[in-house]
Amino acid sequence: MKAGANLSSAERRARFGAGLSALLLATPIWAVLLFFLLLPIAMIVAVSFWTATEWSFHPDFSLENYEFLFGSPVTYSVFLKTFIYAGLTWIFTLLIGFTVANFLAFHVQSLTWQIVLFLLCTIPFWTSNIIRMISWIPFLGRNGIANQALISWGVIDEPLEWLLFSDFAVVLAFVHLYTLFMVVPIFNTMMRIDKSLIEAARDAGASGLQILTNVIIPLTKPGIMIGSIFVVTLVMGDFITVRFMSGSQEANVGRLISNDVGLLQYPSASATAVVLLLTVLITIAIMLRFVDIRKEL
Amino acid sequence: MEKRPLSFYILAGFFGLFLLFLYGPTITIAILSFQGPQGGLTFPMNGVSTHWFADLFEQQAVGDIWGSFGRSFALGLMVMVTTVVFSVMGGLAFRVRFPGSTILFYVVIASLVIPSILISLGVGLIFNQLGWDVHWWTSGFGSQLTWTLPFGLLIMFAVFNRFDKSYEEAARDQGASSWQTVRYVILPIIAPSLIGVALFGFTLSYDEFARTLLTAGSYNTLPLEIFGMTTNVTTPVIYALGTLTTAFSFLIVGGFLVAAILANRRRARQASDAGKGMV
Repeated sequence: MKAGANLSSAERRARFGAGLSALLLATPIWAVLLFFLLLPIAMIVAVSFWTATEWSFHPDFSLENYEFLFGSPVTYSVFLKTFIYAGLTWIFTLLIGFTVANFLAFHVQSLTWQIVLFLLCTIPFWTSNIIRMISWIPFLGRNGIANQALISWGVIDEPLEWLLFSDFAVVLAFVHLYTLFMVVPIFNTMMRIDKSLIEAARDAGASGLQILTNVIIPLTKPGIMIGSIFVVTLVMGDFITVRFMSGSQEANVGRLISNDVGLLQYPSASATAVVLLLTVLITIAIMLRFVDIRKEL
Repeated sequence: MEKRPLSFYILAGFFGLFLLFLYGPTITIAILSFQGPQGGLTFPMNGVSTHWFADLFEQQAVGDIWGSFGRSFALGLMVMVTTVVFSVMGGLAFRVRFPGSTILFYVVIASLVIPSILISLGVGLIFNQLGWDVHWWTSGFGSQLTWTLPFGLLIMFAVFNRFDKSYEEAARDQGASSWQTVRYVILPIIAPSLIGVALFGFTLSYDEFARTLLTAGSYNTLPLEIFGMTTNVTTPVIYALGTLTTAFSFLIVGGFLVAAILANRRRARQASDAGKGMV
């Protein structure tokens, strides 16, 4: 017998009613996402086939934007750069984020302190990214704190030029801005690990390192994955951090798009955006193969 | 008390350095914003003054920052209220399976991971093709919702996954209508988490840059105005502005946290009347 076949008609009607009201309750979200997410994406896809002159663009079905994009060696180096930024940022945010979350979840004993220290880690998330980038200037500048300190310690004679407006500064800013996207999901997963599992491992004679590699890391994998998806997609889609922290000397895909937009070359910007979107989605799809996020909420 | 192992102190030291890394730059510009009138963008301090804060009140020095602050504040409130209302509705909806629920879930996740500049570009194109002007409270508002709504919804998912359904069933058994159940049982129970959703809604909107870049139109929001300043302002006035707006963010976050603590306390006091009725 099929499930639900023996429901009374009243129950069936109640279930239908619940489904209907859920549908109505979800309407506002559907409306927002339809008009400000799905439609714009469809529009970008469409415009990527349009053609442009210097001052206007018009409907067409042309592959010239894509031909130009894939025909240019700049595209490949810029995409490579984007992956390098994402990879480096991912490694650093993961190492730092995991260590911080591990400390908060398993080494801080009182719940109150856990909450206080966790909040200290998350508060910067609610402040302006642009201000947080600007605030690196007095640290990294030619006459900044870092150079002054290194010179006074006798480590270097001349101020280092590559501290600010360089790849180093870009990755540093990414790590600074996005480590909390690692800390939060990893900490969240760790807090749900049954402490008795760790006790059991210890009673069975496992060392601290063995507990970490055999118990904590495998159980924390979903949190690590969610954090990784956040960090990788944020870095891949970024354009402002790269522009500001490299002093406009370096480019990633986001900057390619925003430069085209600045020149009013919308079809070309759209083609780059479509390729970026596909790249991001493929990256996420690969990462999602390792975890079912719906189970983790 | 048990003696702490060495690893605790090493990790605590690491954590301390991490906090320094997080807050050090912000504290540095807070100090530097009190530079003397002749001071520059880096140390040493050239005297101490509030000169650069005073400059913020002069149009010629900084442009229209107060106007943009007003717009960002209004937009933040609009986004906050909308995010809370729509997220609660969405959270309630997702408690049962409904037609399209799986697709909607994936669209929500997509909204979170799609590069912001695509939203900016796409919404700009749509408005352009429809012949509408982009404006911070129309296109800017909608673009920001694509960032705040997923956060709000994820919080609601987490809340409802931990929600004890027997409260609702009890209400229904006593004859409450669905609306009464929502109004008098569910909403009071989830109220403290709504403070969290509101915090996300306001602050993410207030600080949003990429999604408003091409959708705000001719009137800048504060982050856009600040970014404009970075290209042509080379005095500590930008630190003064950064310090003020960060202080404002801290104030907002602090306000929400206090509200959340109070709401939790209140709920703890009033939560249960078990055993007090039939004596």
